[in-house]
Amino acid sequence: MSDLSLFIVAAILIPAVGAAFIASSGSKPNVREAYTLVTAALLFVVVFLLVPSVMQGARPSTEGFDILPGLTVQFVIEPLGMIFAMIASTLWIVNSIYSVGYMRGNNEKNQTVFYTCFAIAIASTMGIAFAGNLLTLFLFYEVLTLSTYPLVTHKGNDDAKAGGRMYLGILLTTSVVFLLPAVIGTYFVAGTGDFTIGGIIPKDESPFVIAALSVLFIYGIGKAAVMPVHRWLPAAMVAPTPVSALLHAVAVVKAGVFSVVKIIVYVFGLDMFSGSGSTGWVVYAAGFTVLVASIIALGQDNLKRRLAYSTVSQLSYVVLAAAMATPLAIIGAAMHITAHAFGKITLFFAAGSIYTAAHKTEISQLNGIGKRMPFTMAAFTIGALSMIGVPPTAGFLGKWYILSAAMEIKDWFVLFVIFVSTLLNTGYFVPIIYRAFFKAEDVPPSHDHGEAPWPVVLALSLTALGTLSLFLFPEVPLTLAKALVGQVL
Amino acid sequence: MLIDQFPAIVVAVPLVAAALCAIVRNETACWLISLVVAFLCFVGSATMLGQVQEYGVPLSYKMGGWAPPAGIELRVDLLSGYLLVLVSLIATAVLIYGRHSVRAEIKESVRGWYYAMYLLCMCGLLGIVITGDAFNAFVFMEISSLSMYTLIALGKDRRALAASYQYLIMGTIGATMYVIGVGLLFTITGTLNLIDMAERLAPLLDTPAAIAGMAFVVVGLSLKIALFPLHLWLPNAYAFAPSAVTAFLAATATKVSIYLLMRYLYTVFGFSFAIEQTPILEVVMVLSLAAIFAGSFSAIFQENIKRMLAYSSVAQIGYITLGIALANAPGLTGSLVHIFNHAVMKGALFMLVGGIALQIGTVRLSDMAGVGKVMPLTMFGFVLGSFSMLGVPGTVGFVSKWYLAIGALENGWWWVVALLMLSSLLVLVYMGRVIEVAFFRERPEGAPPLKEAPKSMIMTAWVFILACIYLGFDTSFTVGVAQQAVDVLMGGAQ
Amino acid sequence: MEGLNELAFVLGGVNHWITVFLIMAGLYIIVSRSNMIKKLVGLSIFQTSVYLLYVSPGKIIGGTAPIISTDFAVYSNPLPHVLILTAIVVGVATLALGLALVVRINEAYGSIEEDEVYGDGDWN
Repeated sequence: MSDLSLFIVAAILIPAVGAAFIASSGSKPNVREAYTLVTAALLFVVVFLLVPSVMQGARPSTEGFDILPGLTVQFVIEPLGMIFAMIASTLWIVNSIYSVGYMRGNNEKNQTVFYTCFAIAIASTMGIAFAGNLLTLFLFYEVLTLSTYPLVTHKGNDDAKAGGRMYLGILLTTSVVFLLPAVIGTYFVAGTGDFTIGGIIPKDESPFVIAALSVLFIYGIGKAAVMPVHRWLPAAMVAPTPVSALLHAVAVVKAGVFSVVKIIVYVFGLDMFSGSGSTGWVVYAAGFTVLVASIIALGQDNLKRRLAYSTVSQLSYVVLAAAMATPLAIIGAAMHITAHAFGKITLFFAAGSIYTAAHKTEISQLNGIGKRMPFTMAAFTIGALSMIGVPPTAGFLGKWYILSAAMEIKDWFVLFVIFVSTLLNTGYFVPIIYRAFFKAEDVPPSHDHGEAPWPVVLALSLTALGTLSLFLFPEVPLTLAKALVGQVL
Repeated sequence: MLIDQFPAIVVAVPLVAAALCAIVRNETACWLISLVVAFLCFVGSATMLGQVQEYGVPLSYKMGGWAPPAGIELRVDLLSGYLLVLVSLIATAVLIYGRHSVRAEIKESVRGWYYAMYLLCMCGLLGIVITGDAFNAFVFMEISSLSMYTLIALGKDRRALAASYQYLIMGTIGATMYVIGVGLLFTITGTLNLIDMAERLAPLLDTPAAIAGMAFVVVGLSLKIALFPLHLWLPNAYAFAPSAVTAFLAATATKVSIYLLMRYLYTVFGFSFAIEQTPILEVVMVLSLAAIFAGSFSAIFQENIKRMLAYSSVAQIGYITLGIALANAPGLTGSLVHIFNHAVMKGALFMLVGGIALQIGTVRLSDMAGVGKVMPLTMFGFVLGSFSMLGVPGTVGFVSKWYLAIGALENGWWWVVALLMLSSLLVLVYMGRVIEVAFFRERPEGAPPLKEAPKSMIMTAWVFILACIYLGFDTSFTVGVAQQAVDVLMGGAQ
Repeated sequence: MEGLNELAFVLGGVNHWITVFLIMAGLYIIVSRSNMIKKLVGLSIFQTSVYLLYVSPGKIIGGTAPIISTDFAVYSNPLPHVLILTAIVVGVATLALGLALVVRINEAYGSIEEDEVYGDGDWN
């Protein structure tokens, strides 16, 4: 076992052990938050220590642990997993700072359970990022679903219960009914589940089996929210905002699209996926989701719900790119995962900030709020621009690569989808910004408020800055994304 | 060597100890005797299994010095050793667990008798597994059944009596059917030794008597197994028996009959005959799938948690028999692994529910509102147990399901895989109901204060819960032994 | 000759016919009677069929008990008799336990009619 493999184990164990410490801190808020921040910082350090060697082409791995003969739990770091782990560990620190402000500002109860489950969710996210085979991926995928359920139902009222039911119902149903058979089927036809460059499914497998597996995988990974299995995401918005921000804009949903990309690259193989006619449907399913989710988002007045539908649409961008299965498109997918993570967490942070300071949840109440909360709304604007794909924000990069890939293979459907959806994105974000900055307050708020607590503002400023700087300095994720498809910078 | 005597010892010692308990009748003394005996049986069984694994030769013990096939043979091979370990392990654990709940649920005057019956039941179950003689298996079956009826009837509720009576009628019909089948086979083969019978039956398999014998044996055992639709006795028996009895019963009784069914289908009648010449496996498969869905659906509508878990057992038995019906190595492995896994997880769940029954006095769902907050250890264990039932990876449930699915794929039955997966959703619904009530509803106003169940109960249950997770990762024991046992079963047919 | 063969089939299997009759009669009583004691009677009859099934093929007409002696060449098989002794004991024990349960049910419910015992309670 090399030193690097120790780091892998550490990356998974640190949040898990942190969860135990947090759980044992009982009702001492300072201790609890200190544990959370220390754990997040440690994880960040460990993950970033791994980056240089992965960028140099190393693929650190742990020794396999056989559950059953031929069925192994193993961790291997490849570029995409590295990107995902970097995003999750970076944003966890920011999110923890934010959580402190938000949870205290709103006097939420049961905070120990909240922070504990959060840390477990991060541990399983790391497990997903570093999974070396399908079984390991599936294992942590399920743990992530189950550990986030208490977070979604945190409020404990009827709404939360209904939301939690929908959340667990859809995610577990899809994973058990579609994903598990897909995993078993893959092991059955390929004899292995190890992620291998070029794919593991035999090239001479019948088109029917390939089509069946692609259906099972795409809809089985419910976390990627391809319609019609997207309903859990808006339902999960009953959770406190830090949960929506990190989990339902970053960790959970990205775990979904990350798995999709990983399976297309390492299980099917790009050649098989782009070459065989039996998987062509994925592009259309994803394109459909992009457009329809955007149209639904237009009609939402609740800010978090509008953001949720925007997430559904943006996730399908990644699926769309991955389904084109050209090297350029895969780079686009990886970049979009990164860009969207930073942009969307900023938007959710802003929504939570507005809720904490002004107790407002609906877009129609936001007239003139930009004057009272300039930092929040400035960050919101940056996030929104990134969603639309306007430079100088990170969102531009992802879209650029996806667009180039579509041009390269002259896929008019994809071009059409991107064009229309960009218009729709503009259509549902710009009015919010306009209201906030250019309309006067129609009714004075019930209490005179300014910005949210300082940790909240600090956090959203940081992620907004991140969104901008990713545009200027995209080297690290871009190098990794290129390494993913075998290109050297 | 002493180990040569072990097969007789694990059956004889509980029998004698049961008589001893009946004489002593002091509660503590009886409990100690039972615990020591059960633990010794466990050690003995584990030693024998180890021995068999090491040398690859079954242990054979000639009862009274009479050589088989005339004399009764006690025989420990990998399969029976595996079951012996399971039964004696659960018996020991339930004894540690059950002290408090026995005190709470059973009248003081009969507690000594309770332990006598418990030992007798264990003796019978071990006997069924260890004997190599068809008629002897019937005798042990009746020893275990009669003591079990008594144990069930000890339940606090008067409905326990009615449930016990119901079980007595059904169980006796089952056992009698079995013995009729054995009689027919005996008439044409002139032997009762299972191995000998298999050899002599081979040329006679297509005679009407052999087929009728097989039918009687299978139907009789199916009654004991509670294979759908012959499961009607099971929910009431599990629901109204004392909690400790339920935990023991659910984890062992049906499993032992399944063992016997496997022996008959694969060893006595032979793998090829059972598959090719009779529709028996198709019938078992359809019934298993029906059991899985009917059991799970019924579980969804139960108000009584013990009854809900009982219906879930009907469904889980369906998984086990499904593996038998798949009739290939992964399927059978799944079936054998699930025998162990289900015993562990359902044992744990019944133990936890027993703790709840002890503290709040009922097991109705509506009385469990808010229990999660006052009994967090119990309910958290329940949540983990549910994950295992659901087949979340990293738990034992996943391992069983994996093998069953691979077995179905090997036969090319995609639709069975689909049904298997769908059925786990039903588990989600019925276990989820309990978890929601326990965690998301408030305790009613003025409800008496609650605390966790006694330590001995929680700890035993948690050992099993942790085993659910441990055995989900380290499958070298369950899958290892099961695969070797499958070789014995399938190999014995060729 | 046809008729004779059939006669031989019927008469030769007379022990089996009786066995079948006992099985069916026993099962019928169990299913059709609501009185719990009568059900137990049916159960006993059902079990009795087994005794006949085992013992009758073991008996050879003209055979003796298995005594090792040059005077006798034809024995009846003693094994079924031994088995059935055990089975009878089991049957008696089952009946005794069943009756004891019925006594307790009568104390608890004030009835031994199945409809009344199972019909009144909420079984959930």
